[in-house]
Amino acid sequence: MSSEESIITPEKRSSIYWTVSDTWLMAKRSTTHIIRSLDQVMSLILFPIMFMLLNRYVFGGAIDTGDISYANYLFAGIFVQTLAFGANYTTINLAVDMKEGIIDRFRSLPMGNSALVTGHIVSDLVRNIISGAIIILVGLLVGFRPNANFGEWLMVIGLAMLFTLAISWLSAILGLLVKSLEAAQWVGFIIIFPLTFISSAFVPTETMPSALRAFAENQPITHVIDTMRSLLVGTPLDNSGWLSIVWCVGIIIVSVPITSRLFRRRSQR
Amino acid sequence: MGKSVNSTNSIVVKDLHKSYKDLKVLDGVSFSVKKGDILALLGPNGAGKTTTVKILSTLLHPDKGEAQINGYDIKSDEAAVRSNIGLTGQYAAVDEYLTGEENLKLIGRLYRLNKDDVNRRSKQLLEQFDLVEASTRPVKTYSGGMRRRLDLAMSLIASPPVIFLDEPTTGLDPRSRLTMWAMIEKLASGGTTILLTTQYMEEADYLADNIVVIDNGKVIAEGTSDTLKSKVGSDRLELKIAKNSSLEKAEKIIDGKVLNVDKDDRIISIATKKGAGELRRILEQLEKAKIDVVDVSLHRPTLDDVFLSLTGKVTSEEEKESKK
Repeated sequence: MSSEESIITPEKRSSIYWTVSDTWLMAKRSTTHIIRSLDQVMSLILFPIMFMLLNRYVFGGAIDTGDISYANYLFAGIFVQTLAFGANYTTINLAVDMKEGIIDRFRSLPMGNSALVTGHIVSDLVRNIISGAIIILVGLLVGFRPNANFGEWLMVIGLAMLFTLAISWLSAILGLLVKSLEAAQWVGFIIIFPLTFISSAFVPTETMPSALRAFAENQPITHVIDTMRSLLVGTPLDNSGWLSIVWCVGIIIVSVPITSRLFRRRSQR
Repeated sequence: MGKSVNSTNSIVVKDLHKSYKDLKVLDGVSFSVKKGDILALLGPNGAGKTTTVKILSTLLHPDKGEAQINGYDIKSDEAAVRSNIGLTGQYAAVDEYLTGEENLKLIGRLYRLNKDDVNRRSKQLLEQFDLVEASTRPVKTYSGGMRRRLDLAMSLIASPPVIFLDEPTTGLDPRSRLTMWAMIEKLASGGTTILLTTQYMEEADYLADNIVVIDNGKVIAEGTSDTLKSKVGSDRLELKIAKNSSLEKAEKIIDGKVLNVDKDDRIISIATKKGAGELRRILEQLEKAKIDVVDVSLHRPTLDDVFLSLTGKVTSEEEKESKK
């Protein structure tokens, strides 16, 4: 270390360049976490696979899904459930970052404030692409026979990503609210679990008691599942198509400012 | 480079106040650090050391007061301050899943250095901190000492002119501590201004050009380690008296210099500057008075002594002044 060596001049770039660069760096960091801890992805898809097998073979015979096979009915539900569970890692990983000293290091750098959260959300997308692909393969193995064309598959992927973004931003709020890592582990499931069960994921909503049915038919996860199912196996779409997009976009619009407010409050007491 | 406003002082802190609800953490802290100096912020747990570092590194806003780092104001010029500082917190702020090299490069890019600078500096630092071999392993395989070294290397990636080290050796084994000290010294000899917090008198003694002692959010003493030691009254002599009945008599014989009398253990603590000579004189006096001493020990000043003596002195001086 020479005494002449002083601060190395940072590169001169526009602030938009730096926002993108910071987010890219943080996304790369979070994505490396996924690759270095593949057990996370594995344990994450274990639940949906278990549900798929249990529902398909244990309850499947007793559930009347009309014209289509139960395997074809069930798949969209399991697929969306997998995506929803995946977002829980934004809650956990954000809570871990906030807890450990690394948040102080990031905050003492000239980097943008939102990059950390956005980085986790981008990595959620990557993780969900991996687990989504695995779930599709497992589905095909247990009798799921989609009749979607190329365009419909593209729409499935697009909606899957939009839904992931929505639920990840919600999970980011939880990650910033929880006080402990233990809470971060289960808080997401407590919300996602009933939401996926009180929906059209596993059984047609017609058989539910009326109050439950009213809820099930009007909550966002049902709309997303019904849209996926319609695209994949050709069930009727009704209003679910545009409603699922409105819900997802709406959740993102509300969650983003809340997240950045919470982030500032949490990291600057 | 900073503005030339305070060309000799890299860190200037004026009257910082910070409270959490009813708890006053900082109650008017002021000090300054000359360019290239090491300043040790010395104090017990909860004295306000970490809060001070957090405010100076823009992680916290002060309720009142101001500070400049290299001429940049911590409140109005956050971004410039952040480009001028490196921070090593109390817990190694490293990413467990990334390798040592990836950690360095990530931070380098987040400091907004160009890729060539980042690569060059990472290589230098890995060598300098003896982490070349481990550089491609994920950090979760590192030992505590290696983590701290990587942590320090990460805060140096942009060669910031000012470094904050919050308890850099807490929890390290003696050997790693010595390595860390050597690295901090080398850094300062290269012209970096360093503010470190510590609970260890010997650490401040060994490293610091200047020591600021804080307690309950207030600066209670400031100076070089020699000045502080002379204030403390240097060494502490402890005598264990054989019989309870002779304790008071012994206290009278030793007169004046008694710091503390522990009646349960029959131990008299004495402040001494002359060490062995003083010890012989006191023992002779006690023998003449037929008081048996069962144990004698001589202690170098500890942080406890600094506080005992410093806070004691403050009150006695106030008393003297009020009597006048």
